[in-house]
Amino acid sequence: MFIVFEQLADLVAFRLLGLVEGTRLADAVHFFVEDVSKIFVLLVAVIFLVGLFRSVLTPERVRGYLSGRSRGATYGMAVGLGAVTPFCSCSSVPLFIGFLKSGVPMGATMAFLVASPMINEVAVVVLAGVVGWELALLYIATGLAVGMLGGWLTDRFHLERFVQDFVWQVRTGQSAESVPDTSLAGRVRFAWSEVRDIVGRIWIYVLIGIGIGAGLHGFVPQEVFAKYASADNLLAVPAAVLAGIPLYANATGVIPVVEALLGKGVPIGTALVLMMSVVALSLPEFIMLRQVITVRGLAAFAGFMATAFIAVGYLFNAIL
Amino acid sequence: MDIKVLGPGCKKCGQTEEMIRSKASELSVDATVEKVTDTATIMEYGVMSTPAVAIDGKLVHSGGKPSERDIEGWLTQGA
Repeated sequence: MFIVFEQLADLVAFRLLGLVEGTRLADAVHFFVEDVSKIFVLLVAVIFLVGLFRSVLTPERVRGYLSGRSRGATYGMAVGLGAVTPFCSCSSVPLFIGFLKSGVPMGATMAFLVASPMINEVAVVVLAGVVGWELALLYIATGLAVGMLGGWLTDRFHLERFVQDFVWQVRTGQSAESVPDTSLAGRVRFAWSEVRDIVGRIWIYVLIGIGIGAGLHGFVPQEVFAKYASADNLLAVPAAVLAGIPLYANATGVIPVVEALLGKGVPIGTALVLMMSVVALSLPEFIMLRQVITVRGLAAFAGFMATAFIAVGYLFNAIL
Repeated sequence: MDIKVLGPGCKKCGQTEEMIRSKASELSVDATVEKVTDTATIMEYGVMSTPAVAIDGKLVHSGGKPSERDIEGWLTQGA
């Protein structure tokens, strides 16, 4: 099914541009063309299909499912629902307040907030299409587990101490849920608007990611990675996780970079935790959450997540 | 009518405001459109997913950019 993208890349790189197979530039161009065509086709297809069949899972509903449950039950539900509920990261703050005010524990709230950008249908399908479904499954399982752990640690160490006082005092009104148009025409319209919306928002991250991936693939010799990023180098995993905190990209944008790294022999654990850290821990998100959680609380949460990612990276590098 | 676009200032919120403004002038509906970015005020409307739209103090939409058709409906119904 994906061979067509490879053929397209062959056509463009070798025939149209007349590059010689095996040269650095040809490798990079081939990677770029194949990934741009494959990833954008997948993006449009997945977003459109999900838009058509989208269940009416809104953050309001998720809050309803999560409030009033025992803490233990909420972590798994929060990450699972986070994975399938779309929400714009710009809504993080109202969502955080809305969850907490209706009695959802802070752990579940944080688990939801990190799982949602990390695991979603678009990232999973593109990941499976680019690096294979085995790794995609591993990514999902790890993302869910780390999200749950982050939520549990948040409650265990009572991070709600660090929530800004005003959050508890905000008056919240009854929310009115908007009713979606479920006719076929309405669904198609919605699905297209989702495609335009999401692709319009993330294409730049995806292009930059593919560009970096192509550069690594074509121009950086394998020995460089063997020297600095092999499983023997114990610093590689923490470095990958720490590098991911200031860097921010949409999940789909990191995938081509991961693809190039894996192709150069970087171990799976290191490559996966780089992706998770870039997507789940982001400075812009923390700056937004700063409105509702103190710096100490955010630092503690980031510390939990980073530690968990590092542990996962070592574990996978050791056993895979 | 008094229209408020609720949102902390993401791209979609600005677009929503723009859409409503141009629709209102197109239909020559007398409406004041105001953007609300203060979190506490947004929460008073019970909104968790933004952008959201409130008309004359009542929430009519939340969780994304509204469609042209929605906006037309609000503007003509209230008039």
